[in-house]
Amino acid sequence: TCEQAEANEYDLLVIGGGSGGLACAKEAAQFGRKVAVLDYVEPSPQGTKWGLGGTCVNVGCIPKKLMHQAALLGSALKDAQHYGWNIAQPVHHTWSLMAQAVQNYVKSLNWGHRVQLQDKKVKYFNMKGSFSDPYTIRGLTKAGKETVVTAENIVIATGGRPKYPTHIAGALEYGITSDDLFWLKKSPGKTLVVGASYVSLECAGFLTGIGLDTTVMMRSIPLRGFDQQMASLVTEHMESYGTKFLKRCFPTKVEKLESNRLQVTWKNTDLGTEETDSFDTVMWAVGRAPDTEALNLEAVGVKTNSETGKIVVDASEATSVPHIYAIGDITEGRPELTPTAIAAGKLLAQRLFGQSSELMDYDNVPTTVFTPLEYGCVGLSEEMADLGALQFHLIQLHALSLNVLRKDLYVMYCFQVVCLREREQRILGLHFIGPNAGEVIQGFALGIKCGATYPQLMKTIGIHPTCAEEITKLHITKRSGLDATVTGC
Amino acid sequence: MTVWLFLCKSFIITKLKEAAKYEKKVMVLDFVTPTPLGNSWGLGGTCVNVGCIPKKLMHQAALLGQALEDSRKFGWQFTEEVKHNWMTMTESVQNYIGSLNWGYRVALREKKVTYENAYGEFVGPHTVKATNKRGVEKLYTAERFLIATGERPRYLGIPGDKEYCISSDDLFSLPYCPGKTLVVGASYVALECAGFLAGLGLDVTVMVRSILLRGFDQDIANKIGEYMEGHGINFIREFVPIKVEQIEEGTPGRLKVIAKSTKGNQIIEGEYNTVLLAIGRDSCTRKIGLDKVGVQINEKTGKIPVNDEEQTNVPYIYAVGDILQDKLELTPVAIQAGRLLVQRLYAGATSKCDYVNVPTTVFTPLEYGACGYSEETAVEKFGEENIEVYHSHFWPLEWTVPSRDNNKCYAKIICNIQDNERVIGFHVLGPNAGEVTQGFAAAIKCGMTKEQLDSTIGIHPVCAEVCV
Repeated sequence: TCEQAEANEYDLLVIGGGSGGLACAKEAAQFGRKVAVLDYVEPSPQGTKWGLGGTCVNVGCIPKKLMHQAALLGSALKDAQHYGWNIAQPVHHTWSLMAQAVQNYVKSLNWGHRVQLQDKKVKYFNMKGSFSDPYTIRGLTKAGKETVVTAENIVIATGGRPKYPTHIAGALEYGITSDDLFWLKKSPGKTLVVGASYVSLECAGFLTGIGLDTTVMMRSIPLRGFDQQMASLVTEHMESYGTKFLKRCFPTKVEKLESNRLQVTWKNTDLGTEETDSFDTVMWAVGRAPDTEALNLEAVGVKTNSETGKIVVDASEATSVPHIYAIGDITEGRPELTPTAIAAGKLLAQRLFGQSSELMDYDNVPTTVFTPLEYGCVGLSEEMADLGALQFHLIQLHALSLNVLRKDLYVMYCFQVVCLREREQRILGLHFIGPNAGEVIQGFALGIKCGATYPQLMKTIGIHPTCAEEITKLHITKRSGLDATVTGC
Repeated sequence: MTVWLFLCKSFIITKLKEAAKYEKKVMVLDFVTPTPLGNSWGLGGTCVNVGCIPKKLMHQAALLGQALEDSRKFGWQFTEEVKHNWMTMTESVQNYIGSLNWGYRVALREKKVTYENAYGEFVGPHTVKATNKRGVEKLYTAERFLIATGERPRYLGIPGDKEYCISSDDLFSLPYCPGKTLVVGASYVALECAGFLAGLGLDVTVMVRSILLRGFDQDIANKIGEYMEGHGINFIREFVPIKVEQIEEGTPGRLKVIAKSTKGNQIIEGEYNTVLLAIGRDSCTRKIGLDKVGVQINEKTGKIPVNDEEQTNVPYIYAVGDILQDKLELTPVAIQAGRLLVQRLYAGATSKCDYVNVPTTVFTPLEYGACGYSEETAVEKFGEENIEVYHSHFWPLEWTVPSRDNNKCYAKIICNIQDNERVIGFHVLGPNAGEVTQGFAAAIKCGMTKEQLDSTIGIHPVCAEVCV
């Protein structure tokens, strides 16, 4: 109502200062609107907390990629000897040096975000927000001081936090999650990572790469939702790389030993046996839960999905309450990715304040799993294409290691295109396993957005010598049954 | 009677396999005339032996040197001093090349392509004379011929050049470390070689007559030069060597280079262990008897003009690769052209090689990937008011922790305003530029517009996302 509008202090209030929230707030401020952001980090059960920027900056993409890079550099050190570099053995990795460098960089990003908000005249509250009524948010500081803020439009972008398997004895007291891993001051030592998500595999991957004794425990399949053939290649490589796998096992309890080590007991469902081993660190990577508890959504009637707890939104990011929106990991049915949250946030601000009507397109969003052997993909997997009963071609190439000077290293790179069989042969999905997978896939994602067809792909000349060029040469279909392995150039 | 006769010095094995696939009788003649210093190599052509492959491997060796330094900031600890051993690297590289040479011999055998290590030249219609290393001559006839003899490095034509200087034909198998090196030239060959030599710890100077990377986007060419200078490579601009003298013999020896300014009379002198000439390449078309069969060549450049089906003015003689006039000197282009040619001739296909929007990458220390128009060519063709250039510097995440090279990487997209802001030029300067550029090249082939670029979601955190 008119009176309500006059009473509202802000045009836009964003709850959650992560990828989506900050992008939305900054975009809205560009239109000269009065914008405020509330950001608050509830410490993890182990006591870890961090600054402005959300999951990606603090406990996600950024520290993950940097630690992945540290591990890749370890491999580079081994490669370097074959290329003529004389490095005296032994080579050590010191966790604290890496962690400090990464943490310092993250802190500089926190600072950068504060400055940016200031520059764009966005008001920042380091407070935990909850709804009092549809236009009013109650913000609570760490010290318990309360501030009431009202706004015409509210965007919920509080993201998610790692789940704890609280039904397992000792899980909460003794285990850590990705929230803690990147902020550890001391090396995690011999680590058990429980889970089969990309979080689990990426973390286990870089821990192995920096020289730590690492085990992954999976209850069933790795990387659920991803192309399963690719998922197997990823885990197979990790095994040859040195990561131990406990497949089809699930933990039953975690106990602390006198030595301060953790004793984990688990069930092996294949053998029907119970096994135990001790670790320095146990990390849970069994999924993430939306951070909606503190919001008091029931008070204002914002509907959530009964199964996942995520906020239900329509194509314009609107919740069940007209002027309340939600973006990012908190929303139901959306990819949990930084770039989609950012894009959704910007478009939302443009629709609210910039006379735009453009909706977010969640189709064909490319992504990359930064395991030791990286996996980049966009579009449909083989399984999804199957489910859609689409007549498709699966064209593949398995190349032996392109790391040609390392005879001791056998690595299967894999390139796969899924395309329609009908005349036009539009490309439905593209998958690549190999180094720099993200760099390779990005441009092709653009091609798919342009409706690329298989003939167009074949007309594109390759850049030589790269890995990506193999994609322009794919011609063996799975249907044909021919051997898709390539040896040499 | 042999159906196909290929004269190769270049890597077109796939084309040979293609022709043989259609059960045509195929023969290939390959011969490497030794360099002035006596260097030679096996089957596979320039790319495999003295081009792309060894170049990329040595570039990788240099990148690994940088990785070593970075790794300390990521927590890796090892001795302070790390030295590079040229012989270890060169041996590894040459062994790998040897395995490729062997692989091609096997592949040809499997596909029943007859191979002769002999120098081929036309002696009359449908007839070629093949002379092997020992001087034994044989005559062969064929229904059709494909010329794919490629090019060799050019020499300066000054005193001492052939006696004391090396070229890219010699560098990759040099049996001793080149030491303090002068690279003459401003081509991508010159800059790529200078780049990796410096990356391996050598003292490198580049002598440039005028501009860097002629034909490439000059804005980016200058950024590449600046980056190299910032990383310890010396540039001597607007000078050309006029004489090379030997001070002392050795492996390497010591050479004196006398150079003259292009702008006046100034003369300078310098001492180097090695002088690498990279001033251009000349087509191997002058001594293969083309006049005997009437194949026209461009007298000035030596290149062969062909129609859009790679056919010369003589209907039964075709040509592909580096020797073609007005075409790109790239391996994938040669491969594609050759493969499609054979498919048109024997499999009833109609696809012609698409030479437009061919992507390429220069593997200098800061890599450069490009597809489409350079900024200056776009301005020339469409007019400055009709193009829009979007650009951005970026800092790869992996370089933040070691705190290096902030704001050196760069990406630029050139759009045609009159054609729905269609992307007509793509340029990226940064790590893994080739991997980044490949996909964008495919998208440009699909006619991507700026709007489509904007609506594509980025992958985070990678360098390529700066482009979307």
